[in-house]
Amino acid sequence: MKRKDFIPIVQLCEHYSVEISFFDELHEEGLISITTLEQTSYLHQDKISDVEKMIRIHQELNINTEGIDAVFNLLNKIDSLQNELNTLHNRLRLYENDF
Amino acid sequence: MTYIDYYKVLGIDKKANDKDIKKAYRKMARKYHPDLNPDDKEAEKKFKEINEANEVLSNPENRKKYDKYGKDWKHAEEFEKAQQQQQYQSSSRRGGSAQYSEQDFSDFFSSMFGGRSAESRGRNVQFRGQDYNAELQLELKDVYRTHKRTLTVNGKNIRLTIPAGVKNGQVIKIKGHGGEGINGGPRGDLHIKFSISNHSKFKRDKDNLYATIDLDLYKALLGGEVVIDTFDGKVKLNVKPETKNLTKVKLKGKGFPVYKKEGHFGDLYITYQIKIPTNLSDKEKELIKELAKLR
Repeated sequence: MKRKDFIPIVQLCEHYSVEISFFDELHEEGLISITTLEQTSYLHQDKISDVEKMIRIHQELNINTEGIDAVFNLLNKIDSLQNELNTLHNRLRLYENDF
Repeated sequence: MTYIDYYKVLGIDKKANDKDIKKAYRKMARKYHPDLNPDDKEAEKKFKEINEANEVLSNPENRKKYDKYGKDWKHAEEFEKAQQQQQYQSSSRRGGSAQYSEQDFSDFFSSMFGGRSAESRGRNVQFRGQDYNAELQLELKDVYRTHKRTLTVNGKNIRLTIPAGVKNGQVIKIKGHGGEGINGGPRGDLHIKFSISNHSKFKRDKDNLYATIDLDLYKALLGGEVVIDTFDGKVKLNVKPETKNLTKVKLKGKGFPVYKKEGHFGDLYITYQIKIPTNLSDKEKELIKELAKLR
């Protein structure tokens, strides 16, 4: 585990103008995983784009963390259906120009 | 420029109060927000309209102007112009802020309000830049190997590594290569969709490849060797004696590379299609008749 891959939560709170309690709630909902090192809480940098999306949904749409959880579950479902559709579409191409 | 009924956009009555407007905006935004409707151009367009309607109706000054001149906005423009000229002559006018992108606002909005509202200028809100979408057309053989390509997106060259095994319709996200953020906000992302056409003799299903090859009747009967061209070079196949028509053979690991799993490949399935000889000579006919007598 490299510390440079982790960003302190306080820094994120400052940057995105959100309360630290928002990150705690996301963590409680199981939406993010917070790592504590020497009494400082960190978030892995790979999770930043997801967190940005959660913050936008929270701030712009006034949706609470439970709602964000539901939204993310549905978005994941859409994504997997989209992938399945794409796979089926590609499989259909096998028969479009029969050889 | 067409007149836009902002009340209709938000689905509210002209007598709606601030609370009603906020409620309607939130409801519509939840339905059409780009984060909840990925890759949906219609939803994106609708979200812009909703934002524009909210910009006007949630600001008492703008709403008043819109209510007063809305339908006759052309006259409002002339009226405002005349007023501005008067102000310019009588006192030194403050310069307008032009730091915001006004692309997301309709001509109608810009003609009436000159871009974003004064209130939002004052708020100094940061916005993430727009996501760009691009389509990259490739041939199936191009994505057999990992390679680099240079793309030009909005006049900027981007060197991109295309991993072997990428699928038709697959979208990859390149972070921070979208539109510039507004007021110091982060840049958007670049989404590249792969459109892979196939002019080869192989058909692809996920990581497996399929091909049908012609097999000479005598080779099918007596067995032998056939050589086929694959994306990875020539492959020699041993044909068993008495091979039936449409027999399928599997060549393990000779299919397509598995996306982002170096050294992993799908399988190649070959179907033999036995070719019956035509234009038989008299001697051939005679020998085949002899052969038939033996069965």
